[in-house]
Amino acid sequence: MQIEETAPTRQEFFTGENGLWLPPQESTTAHQIDSLFNFILYSSTILTLIVAAAMVYFIYKYRRKSHADRAVDVHESKWLEVSWIAIPTLLVLVVFFWGFTAYVNTSIPPANSYEISVTGQKWDWSFEYPNGKQTVKEIVVPVNTPIKLEMTSIDVLHSFYVPEFRIKHDVIPNRYSYVWFEAPEQGVYQVLCTEYCGTLHSDMGALIKVVSYDDFATWLASGDGEDLSLVAYGEVLYEQQGCNACHSIDGSDGTGPTWLGTWGEQRPFEDGTSAVMDAEYTIESILYPGNKIVQGYPPAMASYQGRLDERQLNAIVAYMKDLNGAATPEELAPPGEGGDTGDGTEADAPPADDASETPAVEA
Amino acid sequence: MATLTPTQPRTSTVPRKKRSAYPEGHEPVHNFLREPGPGPEVTGFKRFRAIAWEWMTTVDHKRIGLMYLVSVSAAFALGGILALLVRLELMTQGETVMGPDAYNQVFTLHGIVMVFLFIVPSIPASLGNFLLPIMVGAKDVAFPKLNLASFYIYGIGAIVAVAGLFFGGVDTGWTFYTPYSKSTVDGVLFMGLGVFIMGFSSILTGLNFIVTIHKMRAPGMTWNRLPLFLWSIYATSIVQVLATPVIGITMLLLFLERVLQIGIFDPALGGDPVLFQHFFWFYSHPAVYIMILPAFGVISELMGTFSRQRVYGYRAVALSSVAIALLGFLVWGHHMFTSGQSPVSSVIFSLITFLIGIPSGIKIFNWIWTMYKGSVWLQTPMLYALTFLFLFTIGGVTGIMVGALAADIHLHDTYFVVAHFHYVMMGGTVMAMLGGLHYWWPKMTGKLYSERWGKISALLVFLGFNMTFFIQFIMGSQGMPRRYYDYPDMPWLEPLHQASTMGSWVLGVGLMIVLINGIHSLFRGKPAPGNPWGGATLEWTATTTPPDHHNFKRTPLVTHGPYDYNAALPHLREQVSGDGAAAVPVPDIAVGVPQNEPSIEDGTRQPDSL
Repeated sequence: MQIEETAPTRQEFFTGENGLWLPPQESTTAHQIDSLFNFILYSSTILTLIVAAAMVYFIYKYRRKSHADRAVDVHESKWLEVSWIAIPTLLVLVVFFWGFTAYVNTSIPPANSYEISVTGQKWDWSFEYPNGKQTVKEIVVPVNTPIKLEMTSIDVLHSFYVPEFRIKHDVIPNRYSYVWFEAPEQGVYQVLCTEYCGTLHSDMGALIKVVSYDDFATWLASGDGEDLSLVAYGEVLYEQQGCNACHSIDGSDGTGPTWLGTWGEQRPFEDGTSAVMDAEYTIESILYPGNKIVQGYPPAMASYQGRLDERQLNAIVAYMKDLNGAATPEELAPPGEGGDTGDGTEADAPPADDASETPAVEA
Repeated sequence: MATLTPTQPRTSTVPRKKRSAYPEGHEPVHNFLREPGPGPEVTGFKRFRAIAWEWMTTVDHKRIGLMYLVSVSAAFALGGILALLVRLELMTQGETVMGPDAYNQVFTLHGIVMVFLFIVPSIPASLGNFLLPIMVGAKDVAFPKLNLASFYIYGIGAIVAVAGLFFGGVDTGWTFYTPYSKSTVDGVLFMGLGVFIMGFSSILTGLNFIVTIHKMRAPGMTWNRLPLFLWSIYATSIVQVLATPVIGITMLLLFLERVLQIGIFDPALGGDPVLFQHFFWFYSHPAVYIMILPAFGVISELMGTFSRQRVYGYRAVALSSVAIALLGFLVWGHHMFTSGQSPVSSVIFSLITFLIGIPSGIKIFNWIWTMYKGSVWLQTPMLYALTFLFLFTIGGVTGIMVGALAADIHLHDTYFVVAHFHYVMMGGTVMAMLGGLHYWWPKMTGKLYSERWGKISALLVFLGFNMTFFIQFIMGSQGMPRRYYDYPDMPWLEPLHQASTMGSWVLGVGLMIVLINGIHSLFRGKPAPGNPWGGATLEWTATTTPPDHHNFKRTPLVTHGPYDYNAALPHLREQVSGDGAAAVPVPDIAVGVPQNEPSIEDGTRQPDSL
């Protein structure tokens, strides 16, 4: 299975298929919004040009020839005034009804949509599929299938925006909101956060990977990182879970402390106490970040409670140990070669035929 | 053979007689800039102290207007520097001059300073204060002491807001959206309190203006002879008085939410963050009209005077200001199409939004038609007025774009919106403010600025503005979200960001020239004639330049409409000149006397608005 890793660049967007103004249309509803956009664009361009031309013509035609020019009595023409009230009124009413109908047509998801729940938090997006599979910063979805995203936030306002799909909605704590889309082409599309949310607002992206239905089913059924050693899986999680946003692995300072050279050290806390950095402390800090704040850092981290299972926690610990050369051989070996699985049992991958029943696919 | 002639000594012992450019008998000896003030016997530091005290305790609306002008100009300069920093940071990907936290503070401060410290008080408090009593033919506003109080309240509010910088600053964006603003740095408390305090200044100014226009018009100044600037200031004042309390309450609730955890906006305490947006925009959308309506008024004056033609459709222009002011209360929800308000209310808000576009369109057409059969004089103020017409038209039609429900889903919170409101706020209000400032500068200071440098600056501002912001429409519709410190996911937009940043430099240079030109004119400018542009409103026809302390020697009797140039300029020859070439003060021979009609009771055959 080949899934692209990055969204394509639109370096040549100004010569692109959809012109200077709009990104490519990659959802089944995008054309409705684009045709409205283009109608307003062209009619306003014409209107602006008329205004500018009238201005230039009058400036030239009636330019002051002498300081003694006297005012000429111009009678107000009712016909003229009524026409420039009536015509714009008709135009804006057309635009209103067009915008209204397109809004209704594009915002209501089909009843058979495949639902994925989305959680926004500073500063990444996490996703959960109906079968419990979780991802961070990316989702894989099948092509030609309506997808409904049920969204909520666990901290501040965010907004889920995909330019190519023409979808956007705010993500609000304590509420659910949704967007939906159906992608007719395979590809990778960029999700952007469009509601200001703090320091890394502009880095709060995610990728939507639209793949064929078979690839999607295979991907959905596969467990995450089950063929990796704990250390290697931890390395994956470090990026995937967004740890890298705040914690460096090269000793440099970020929003949070670095992971290099801290393992097994005595860590001083804001409240004056201290503790040795070991597995127990690390897991506590991931699940309850507010309990022990290392001196000199803000209490900025959100809890990962419920977002990581035991194997994932162990993998992150193993990765931190490995960074400091303290990883055990079991943690370095893949599961098939006697490596530690991290949760004490064999990873139980769901049977492959389970997955094919899950998504509601309309071919 | 050449002979050397001895050169004349360069210094002459004979003192040169200082020649005044004013014709004899018309030197503005008495004017508000000097009177009241200390007598000639007070000198040195004592003199400085006495003058400073006179200004600080003055209740003269003209002095208060000038003090406001200096304050809002300082705020504009501060906000402008912050804007240049924002653009500079976006010039390249990644960190250019500052980190993300600093950037977030800079764009937030840019917004707060520009909105609350500059643009809300800009035209009403500076030009409005200076001109409103003169234009209605009164000695001062209705409550002069309240007027001074509102200036000090504004100052205190501004200081409290800026003091927030020393308590962590503020990084919420000027919109203070909850719950982010509840949990972030403590500067929010000060900014919110500052906005709360400045609101009172706005309310008091509005109240003062409403009462003045209702009760203190000179004899003959009927509602239909009211200059359009006053109609728009009147409409603005209504919005100020009715809408500003809501922002006060909202800021107070935000303050209590942070300090006492009362749980109105914070979802963790059972509150509703979208409620805050409703409260906020219930003020802030009408506030958009507080910002733009006075600009409409200035443009009406400029189009009339520089076309020497009655403003076309006087009643339509005047009443559309009031219509906008009232409809403006019913459209706040169009800021929230994607915010989670009910889709039904989104539809209703969208419809009313389109209705409010119509009066603005009517104004544009009327202003352009004002030039029809006129005598168009392309001086600096007119250049700014024409710039306004062009830029505001673009701002208006892109407003239609973001008001259309489906299109706004794609465009909301992108650079398209940023470009749209800069076209309206800067292309609209700031251009009108600059035009008005150039127009009334001779009246306010008694000095003429350099017309050539004025035109150069107008051209640079026009070019720089379009370079900076037009390209942001394209970035926005391509998907660039606003308030982004960096664009890691859209690296292909870098050339457009660079073009926009370079445009901001051109714009900055243009505005610097405006400033230098103004300051230069104060010291080196030629004395201004009484009516350099040939205006027909009372400040040009019935006061000296600059006006004296009491504005008029006698209460003027108004016998013609504000744009009746034939009546106002009966002896039109070569007297009207903005470059000081023929510096003949037109009006003050005729101060306080009916100019071409024996008395108002006789009436005129023309309609009032003529």
